[in-house]
Amino acid sequence: MKKLLTGNEAVARGAYEAGVTVASAYPGTPSTEILENIAKYKEIYSEWAPNEKVALEVAIGASIAGARSIAAMKHVGVNVAADPLFTFAYTGVNGGCILVTADDPGMHSSQNEQDNRYYAKSAKLVMLEPSDSQEAKDFVKLGYEISEQFDIPILLRLTTRICHSKTLVELEERQEVGIKEYDKNIAKYVATPANGRVLHVKLEEKLKKLEEYSNNTPINKVEFNDKSIGIITSGVAYQYAKEVFGDSASYLKLGMTFPLPKQKIREFADQVDKLYVIEELEPYLETEIKAMGIDVVGKEIIPNVGELNPDIIREALLGEKKEIIEMNSEKVVSRPPTMCAGCPHRGLFYVLSKKKNVVITGDIGCYTLGSAPPLEAMDTCICMGASVSAGHGFSKAFEVNGKDTKVFGVIGDSTFFHSGITGLIDIVYNKGNAATIILDNRITGMTGHQENPGTGFTLMGEVTEQIDLVKICEAIGVKHIEVINPLDLEETEKAIDKAINTDEPVVIITKWPCVLKKSPKEEVEEYGLDQRKICTVESDKCKKCKLCLKVGCPAISFKEDVGAIIDDTMCVGCDVCLQVCPFNAIVKVGE
Amino acid sequence: MLETKNILLVGVGGQGIILASKVLSKGLVDAGFDVKMSEVHGMAQRGGSVTTQVRYGEKVYSPIIGKGQADILVAFEKMEAMRWIEYLKPSGKLVVNNYSIPSVPVLIGQVKYPEDIIEELKEKVDTTVIDAANAARELGNIRTQNIIMLGALVKALNITEVNWEEAIKDTVKEKYVDINLKAFDRGMELV
Repeated sequence: MKKLLTGNEAVARGAYEAGVTVASAYPGTPSTEILENIAKYKEIYSEWAPNEKVALEVAIGASIAGARSIAAMKHVGVNVAADPLFTFAYTGVNGGCILVTADDPGMHSSQNEQDNRYYAKSAKLVMLEPSDSQEAKDFVKLGYEISEQFDIPILLRLTTRICHSKTLVELEERQEVGIKEYDKNIAKYVATPANGRVLHVKLEEKLKKLEEYSNNTPINKVEFNDKSIGIITSGVAYQYAKEVFGDSASYLKLGMTFPLPKQKIREFADQVDKLYVIEELEPYLETEIKAMGIDVVGKEIIPNVGELNPDIIREALLGEKKEIIEMNSEKVVSRPPTMCAGCPHRGLFYVLSKKKNVVITGDIGCYTLGSAPPLEAMDTCICMGASVSAGHGFSKAFEVNGKDTKVFGVIGDSTFFHSGITGLIDIVYNKGNAATIILDNRITGMTGHQENPGTGFTLMGEVTEQIDLVKICEAIGVKHIEVINPLDLEETEKAIDKAINTDEPVVIITKWPCVLKKSPKEEVEEYGLDQRKICTVESDKCKKCKLCLKVGCPAISFKEDVGAIIDDTMCVGCDVCLQVCPFNAIVKVGE
Repeated sequence: MLETKNILLVGVGGQGIILASKVLSKGLVDAGFDVKMSEVHGMAQRGGSVTTQVRYGEKVYSPIIGKGQADILVAFEKMEAMRWIEYLKPSGKLVVNNYSIPSVPVLIGQVKYPEDIIEELKEKVDTTVIDAANAARELGNIRTQNIIMLGALVKALNITEVNWEEAIKDTVKEKYVDINLKAFDRGMELV
């Protein structure tokens, strides 16, 4: 049966068909749906780990125990998981193991567009790059065979267009492989320097055999057509190249891109007149091929920034452009993402935006939108967890150099579990005074509502222990901890002011569920979510001061003749605008 | 050999574009076409611009549509039509919902929502204007705008090989099947 699947769904299906029994991940666009889909297969134990390093280590442990395992993450997540990754290449596997990296060329939803193909070369892993969903599934299954045959972990490299495009996939049955025998093997699995030296030599030997495999595997495929143009390509770039050239060029389509099939590349290069490398982002293939002494054209005509597409290839290689409809594009207004109407982060950022002489170090999540107009209540956003630790660095730099500026690190609940805890330990241990605000919206918001250690549920839907943020902060040694309702502006302001005047570590936990969350019954009752009445503007009282527009709520608009207007289909009755209006023109409907 | 057809659906998060494109691609797959569909995720629920690209034919390579190559552009919101117009073939068709959703820069008074969009589009391209919001209200559910737009798309592109009733039944929740079937027919009538 053929089914239209995203690349992420296809990876999940591949893991199921390959007999995987353990899967772990931390959510991150564009990888999140891999584990969400694996969780639908009851044969596989699946979990959200608190971060990517833990997720990979879980997969490594399961592999050494003898099970086929998988870990999935976005490209920057691999940076977090890089420590175990490099040593795991040395120890090798028992049950096959695949790490999925989902790169984001064009940064649809990421802070950078790093090219993770270099991880395969640097950590010495086998790399497979599918170009559609069928290959995504097939390469997962092939990956487990290679992993077990050569005793090496696999890096399956996807990009956003592979992850989120749907293409047809032939479904097959699951193959139960069970668990391999686990034999204690200190020389293989205990990476002491003495063992590591031996393991490194063995790894280099494996890579030589894998290069031979790469030369012979059918997933490194030559398609001869007209030989005046030869194109070496991989991943989604192959589809773009085919779209532009069809049968008018010859292709070497690489499915296995580390180790590279050098002999096959040489033979292909010998048989075509003009050789191009078409690849997205960095000149990974191009550099390797040039190092072999082969003359090839790549990044001098195809950019190494942004997402690739057929238009770019057509213009770069053929000098052709399709005719388009020209219009006055200056009229088009931008439509940036924004905090939802009723978002619990809005109240907090509104209060912070009013404070003078503060620095706000931000983090990765919906709340990064606090940096957008009209709030603009953020100074930095670097990576997961940096709000707390970079905030500490900020405040120490100010302190040492005699500047009196308060620093607030703003971090989500899931992000705090991910890598904010260590930063907070640093603040307390080293006598810092940066304040940490944990935005506890009871879910992982930005990636589309995944459970996390604080929500009380697992990925597989089981009820579990709720890790208590207050107790964690107490245990770390924070003496000033406040839990507040961020939609209550007075309460929020009081807590912020108190923090500004406290020369010790402070934690403020803003606790209110994400407005998009389908809250369980207990939560609806606890927060009175079903009792809330929406807001409206009494136009005769509206003085058109536009102060309510400063909260940046998408439900509030303004017309010169009537004043502020609240969209009754969007408003949920969070009351932030009502508290901001100095003329009491905003009221609750039905009160 | 059937040339690959390119359909571009654009609008704003929350307008039901993803569901409409699911019905569309399901119908096309069941009719035996090779289909590729690409969505941009991530920011969709936060009021951002949303696009879905559907390509079908005998053999499809790229999952994305280049500039000047869409056979039809279906805009669920009129400013989005303008934003994506350069992806439409000059000989292609535009189906636009006469509906505006101001973005935050408009709401906070930084910029004005552009006027006369529909008139300008009509001057440049074969344009069909649909009042999907009104039609949906008449049907009794404002959220059926997406399937009304789908019906209009199918009629405008004259896709005759597909059993749309089955595709809708297979995709939407059972209790919404009837109203969506009506919405689909209504959309067909509006072109």
